[in-house]
Amino acid sequence: MSNIVVDKTKVPWWVSNVIVPLVNLSLALLVSGIFIFIAGENPIEAVKLIIFGSFGYIQGFAYTLYYTTNFIFTGLAFAVAFHCRLFNIGGEGQAYIGGLGVFLVAINLSFLPVPIVWLLATLGAILFGAAWAYIPAYLQSKRGSHVVITTIMFNFIASSLMIYLLVDVIRDTNQMAPHTVKLPEEIWLPSFEALSGVLGIKIRYSPLNLTFLLAIASLFFVWFLIWKTRWGYEMRAVGHNTQAAIYAGISPHKNIIIAMCISGGLAGLLGVNEILGVSHKIQAGFPAGYGFTGIAVALMGRNHPIGILPAAFLFGILYQGGSEVTFEMPNITRYMFVAVQGLIILFSGALENLFRPQIESFFVNRLNREVRS
Amino acid sequence: MVSPILELNNINKSFGHVHANKNINLTINKGTIHGIIGENGAGKSTLMSIVFGLYQANSGIIKVNGNEIKLRSPKDSIVNGIGMVHQHFMLVENFTVLENIILGFEGETIFGEKLQKAKEDLKKLCETYNFNIDLDSTISDLSVGFRQRVEILKSLYRGAEILILDEPTGVLTPQEVDELFKILRSLKDEGKTIVLITHKLIEIMDLTSEVSVMRQGEMVGHTKTENTNKEKLAEMMVGRSVLLRVDKPEVKRGEVIFKVNDLTVKDDLDVIRVKNVNLEIRSGEILGIAGVTGNGQTELLEALSGIRNVESGNIELFGETISHKDNYLNPRMLKEKGLAHVPEDRQRMGLVTDFKAYENLIFGYHDQEPYSKSSIFNQKEIIQYANKVMKEYDVRPSSPNLLTSNFSGGNQQKIILSRELNENPKVLLVGQPTRGVDIGAIEFIHQRLIDMRNKGAAILVASVELDEVLSLSDRIIVMFDGKIVGEKENKNVTDRELGLLMAGVTE
Repeated sequence: MSNIVVDKTKVPWWVSNVIVPLVNLSLALLVSGIFIFIAGENPIEAVKLIIFGSFGYIQGFAYTLYYTTNFIFTGLAFAVAFHCRLFNIGGEGQAYIGGLGVFLVAINLSFLPVPIVWLLATLGAILFGAAWAYIPAYLQSKRGSHVVITTIMFNFIASSLMIYLLVDVIRDTNQMAPHTVKLPEEIWLPSFEALSGVLGIKIRYSPLNLTFLLAIASLFFVWFLIWKTRWGYEMRAVGHNTQAAIYAGISPHKNIIIAMCISGGLAGLLGVNEILGVSHKIQAGFPAGYGFTGIAVALMGRNHPIGILPAAFLFGILYQGGSEVTFEMPNITRYMFVAVQGLIILFSGALENLFRPQIESFFVNRLNREVRS
Repeated sequence: MVSPILELNNINKSFGHVHANKNINLTINKGTIHGIIGENGAGKSTLMSIVFGLYQANSGIIKVNGNEIKLRSPKDSIVNGIGMVHQHFMLVENFTVLENIILGFEGETIFGEKLQKAKEDLKKLCETYNFNIDLDSTISDLSVGFRQRVEILKSLYRGAEILILDEPTGVLTPQEVDELFKILRSLKDEGKTIVLITHKLIEIMDLTSEVSVMRQGEMVGHTKTENTNKEKLAEMMVGRSVLLRVDKPEVKRGEVIFKVNDLTVKDDLDVIRVKNVNLEIRSGEILGIAGVTGNGQTELLEALSGIRNVESGNIELFGETISHKDNYLNPRMLKEKGLAHVPEDRQRMGLVTDFKAYENLIFGYHDQEPYSKSSIFNQKEIIQYANKVMKEYDVRPSSPNLLTSNFSGGNQQKIILSRELNENPKVLLVGQPTRGVDIGAIEFIHQRLIDMRNKGAAILVASVELDEVLSLSDRIIVMFDGKIVGEKENKNVTDRELGLLMAGVTE
């Protein structure tokens, strides 16, 4: 129990939105360091490895940005729904189904001009992801079934459905493994090394591709949608005060559905990165937890695109740097980094307000002193 | 022998660049009821929050019984015998009265002896002050008036010698107010000290023995209540003389533009709250609805404004049916047809308090030009408009980018009012136009409503303040138990007559 009362109007924006998240992050990393120490490795060395792995060489940095791409999509997906006070936990399933959309469009329309295929496949991702989010949204708005429960269930349904399709319907019949055939090479999205090859720079393989730019564009799109359009305004109104929204003639039903569909569509874009950009086929379980980590990204980024970008980048660093560490340090397993992620989620999500009052009152008092003197 | 129990010396408090309390000096004598009166935003609540330890003053000294004390949190205040009853109650709804009162002061892990003792102590307290509360009833079953008593009881149980009440009557019916005043008087007789924060002059005149007036963060005067009168106090409060009665020209009635036929409405729990109501409003008149809270006014207004569907009967606007059993036009369509609505509960319905002021100033009109075009906002236009109306309606502070929750109640009401009146509606439905609003703003709001009427709008005003209904309306209907029990032209109607109707006495 904290008795500190902080006058919120006096707290500068950078204290609550920059300093506090940074303190929480440092705490998470400090505790992670203790874990690494207990595991018998040197935490300082681990940090060096993380930084080297994610920034130290161009291929590593490209990997970092590739992970960042996925986290931007799933982070934005969660944030959009959250502005309407909906906890869309179903990013994982929506991304999975979004991938199906990309693949079906691309493989069936590959005869069209390449940019058109890219465009239509992207739309396919959005539509399939949105459709998968639509069902829980409908159930929430018409039947009151809580979207947290239904979206979690829909992750399982998506997973089972995709396994069924990959085994029995769209499997590459020349293979035993549950994945599809590869898309024709001419419609693959240009990779980073191909793009830099055009400029005469030779870089080794990385999964980074043109989708990164789509992710950056999505950040702008979401910012514009939420703060500059009637749709975002109405979604926020429903989220903050449903009664008032009804009074103003804004339909909660409609906005719950719109918010969830946009959210699902954004999650679906992960399929563009993975299928059109990287593996060029659907593999079982390709969303690989990005959907869930996106929740943490959004929470850390305070559901604002300006926050989601650095948060996604941070998780990109952890993914890429973490794999470097597990490679170099035998005592550190992959799961150690799952734990580190967990700690970050714990400190920046669940324990977000642990030190907020202290930090805020510290700055408020200090700034006051400066004003007075 | 009067001795000061609470003394404040040179209290200062600012929020950002807003100086909420400037060099406040105040002495409160033991065993008195001391009124603090001032407009919304005058700094009364801030000052009392400092005394209760919710805020810390930037400078100044607080003395209780002559000893200087430091108040860092409400706990310190409770220890020093200061208790506060807030405007919005702090009770756990699904706990019983007893559980709420001992909350935080249980004194034992497994309930037994101490709980019994607490219960006996509380029973004694209830008897001494005639509280008439069943300690085992659940808060959610209690009316607002009783909940307030629980809050008072809680403070007393925790040893309060000084009891601060912040706008205690804002949410009460007239009968509940009488009951409350009885309790406060008996508290005073037992030697407790009461600080009453209010903006209602009648309460000051009725109840207090001393009164202090605040204006714009400063203490502008102290006086014995017997040496002053309502007019003098009002003048001190706003710094100029006020019209307590609204001046309005003779009514010029036009056509019937709004008509309600045999309307029945249910609430969310499927209880019929409006029963076979018929009414019509002509252009150029104000129809007032008087009635004790909870007699169907809320549901009636919600049905009329397109928020709630009707059970039977219909509603007509310009001769067109806008609502009947199977269908009703939603508020946005009604706005387009010239029907505006100022809801009675501004925070629950009229505003999104987490929005910035400018976002609330276009709320419900946000899809109209020039604010938005093809669903994309024109930020420049909106801010320009916001700046304009905030000046026009004297919303303070007039900064469109401030969060709405940072405005005082009166200023929030002005935000809603400016929004709804700006479009020059033909029909205006207003619920509790001035609940929790200070005198200066009341005058302003009333004048705006009269102006609308003079321009030919048909206006419906539902208010629990009988004075307000009497001073605004051209015609008055009284609701009781969902029915209209009386209709009077507002000529030579006495509040006694209306009071009887409100109580359901119909000859």
